[in-house]
Amino acid sequence: MKRWLMIKKLLPLALAGSMTFLSAAQAAEPILIGAAASKTGPMAGGAAVTYWPNVKLWEHEVNARGGLQMADGSKRPIRIIEYDDRTDPAETIRAVQRLATNDRADFILAPYSTGLALAAAPIFDRYGYPMVNVSTITDQTDTLSARYERIFFTLGKTSVLAAGVVDALVQLREAGEIGNRVALVNVADAFGIELAQAARPALQEKGFEIVFNRSYPLGTQDLTPVMRGAAAARPDAFVAFSYPPDTFALTELAQVENLDVKVFYTAVGTPFPSYKGRFGDAINGVMGVGGVNADSDAFQAYQKRHQEVTGQAPDFWASAVQYASFQVLEQAIEGVGGVDRAAVTDYIKNNTFQTVMGEWRFENQQIRSYWTVGQWQDGEFKGIASEGNLPGAVAPTIKNGWK
Amino acid sequence: MKQQELIRLVLVALVFGLLALLPLIPANDRLMALAVPIAMYAVLATSWSLFSGPTHYISLATAAFYGVGAYTLANGLEVFSYPLLLLMAALLGGGLAALVGMTTLRLSGVYFVIFTLGLAELIRQLVTWYQNNFTGSRGSYVFTDITEAQIYWQLLGLLALVFLLGWLINRSRLGFAIRIIGNDELVARHSGINTARTKVLLFILSGAFAAVVGAVMAPRFVYVEPSMAFSPQLSFMVVVMALLGGVHRLWGPLLGVVPFAIVWELIAANFPGQTVLFMGLAFLVVVYFIPQGVAGVLEQQLHKIRQRRGG
Repeated sequence: MKRWLMIKKLLPLALAGSMTFLSAAQAAEPILIGAAASKTGPMAGGAAVTYWPNVKLWEHEVNARGGLQMADGSKRPIRIIEYDDRTDPAETIRAVQRLATNDRADFILAPYSTGLALAAAPIFDRYGYPMVNVSTITDQTDTLSARYERIFFTLGKTSVLAAGVVDALVQLREAGEIGNRVALVNVADAFGIELAQAARPALQEKGFEIVFNRSYPLGTQDLTPVMRGAAAARPDAFVAFSYPPDTFALTELAQVENLDVKVFYTAVGTPFPSYKGRFGDAINGVMGVGGVNADSDAFQAYQKRHQEVTGQAPDFWASAVQYASFQVLEQAIEGVGGVDRAAVTDYIKNNTFQTVMGEWRFENQQIRSYWTVGQWQDGEFKGIASEGNLPGAVAPTIKNGWK
Repeated sequence: MKQQELIRLVLVALVFGLLALLPLIPANDRLMALAVPIAMYAVLATSWSLFSGPTHYISLATAAFYGVGAYTLANGLEVFSYPLLLLMAALLGGGLAALVGMTTLRLSGVYFVIFTLGLAELIRQLVTWYQNNFTGSRGSYVFTDITEAQIYWQLLGLLALVFLLGWLINRSRLGFAIRIIGNDELVARHSGINTARTKVLLFILSGAFAAVVGAVMAPRFVYVEPSMAFSPQLSFMVVVMALLGGVHRLWGPLLGVVPFAIVWELIAANFPGQTVLFMGLAFLVVVYFIPQGVAGVLEQQLHKIRQRRGG
């Protein structure tokens, strides 16, 4: 009898308790975020540096502070659903479709690399998902923005990246540091071809003489002939629009052949921490694509968190931009106070965002301020030229040998 | 016999008619995501086995033709009309197959396999070289208003065409000749069959189909890159699917494509990080337990049942 009374007394309490528990659980129902990018295949290496660690960091940071603030005052954590696209565009398409229809993801992060992201662009558009691209570098951003009203670009255009290199050379020539002779090398893949195509006329227009011009297929194992040919042409500046494997190979060969140039530029891969890890101080003065404001507090704080949470350092170009793109999504969801995708897309178009890259505002669905050229100076890769006058640029210096 | 064939024809037409209605189902996105790759591989595997089935020449050149088709569309989109481009893709794919066939089909067995594997890589490098030196990045973007459903219908149409041609060939002197070549090339030659011409003709057919499939699929990718258009993985997938289904019957590859694609989908959805590992295990199972293909197993079972009835 006594026990029964006790149960009678406690039952409403227990019920009430479970009710509050339930409502808490409902409020805390996670926002589903889809991520389809490469974990295997040719793009896996780049994604492992720039893409996946940032996804992990973002999930950690958002959930550590309890989740995203909703309009009703509750907070919802985020949950990431990951797929490997195996660097196959057909697989990217299916993964994004699966995320939209099977997993019913609230939002989907843009895939990694130009080809894979663009393959998925029509799917994002059809299902009404905003698509904030980072590593999608093309000159077609205007065409694409006109075509898809939910697509956004953040890392720049190929022609502007090429113009940045030319400007840095002009600056050094005006300072009387270098002459007119340029050796131009590129990987014969979309990115390298587009950049070289843009750089060639720009260099000639500024009165530079292209004394050596060679392309090599993606995946070339031995670049010695390219490096020897370039060295034999006795250039003042060596410019290579390269991908990570060839960036490393060319830098290695430049040291072996003791390439005597005042400017040494390699593209993708140069701002990777592993680049410095491999070559140490020998790369002081090497220029590369991208850059960061290494002195900004926002970047330094980001760098520290990245190291703590993921156990690896971010690169000095796209990593921070990648994280900034997630911050855009995060602030847009909080700004709207919900997961209405149309409202979030509108919010992205019409608002200013505070990111690790500074203040961002999309103009015609594109970010118009980004780093174009950086340089390793005193063990850090610093931005030396940017589109849209980013703060923190340092002056370019010449390269003094490989020791 | 005549009546039986007519019934079969009507049945096949009925099935195709039903399949064509698939995109009309509302909220069909998941279905279409599966149906388009299945239709694509069905055309590729069936047309592949038109040549490789009877002759036992394992061709790994599918990606080469497919890539040529994709680039034909990407480069010509601003100049030519869409149907004309499909025709051009067929001609270019067929022409390439003729060229390759005439020079290499005199080779036998493994030499042919190696050459066709190298062909996709060769053409990839040629296309890249051409782009690098003459067109810049133009011809990489495919902006069209072609929908997923339209791609599916085109692929279905192609599949019907492959079946029709395959059926006609099987009944013709050409089909008879190619079967004799497959059994014993020496005997075929002694019987007065022009073996080289026969093989090249069928190789052209499978090359042309693969090129058209490449052209039809290109709008789906928006951006065509050499490393993706000429992916050797495509060639291997086609071979594995066709062998899984069984290549000694026209409908054999279909029995490989459908289960393979569904299993692939299940693996990708449930073990997104381990697709390659699970695929490898699936290959092993196929090789160990159904080496003669699904079609072979089916026919064996049917044969047993008939025997039991008869006995």
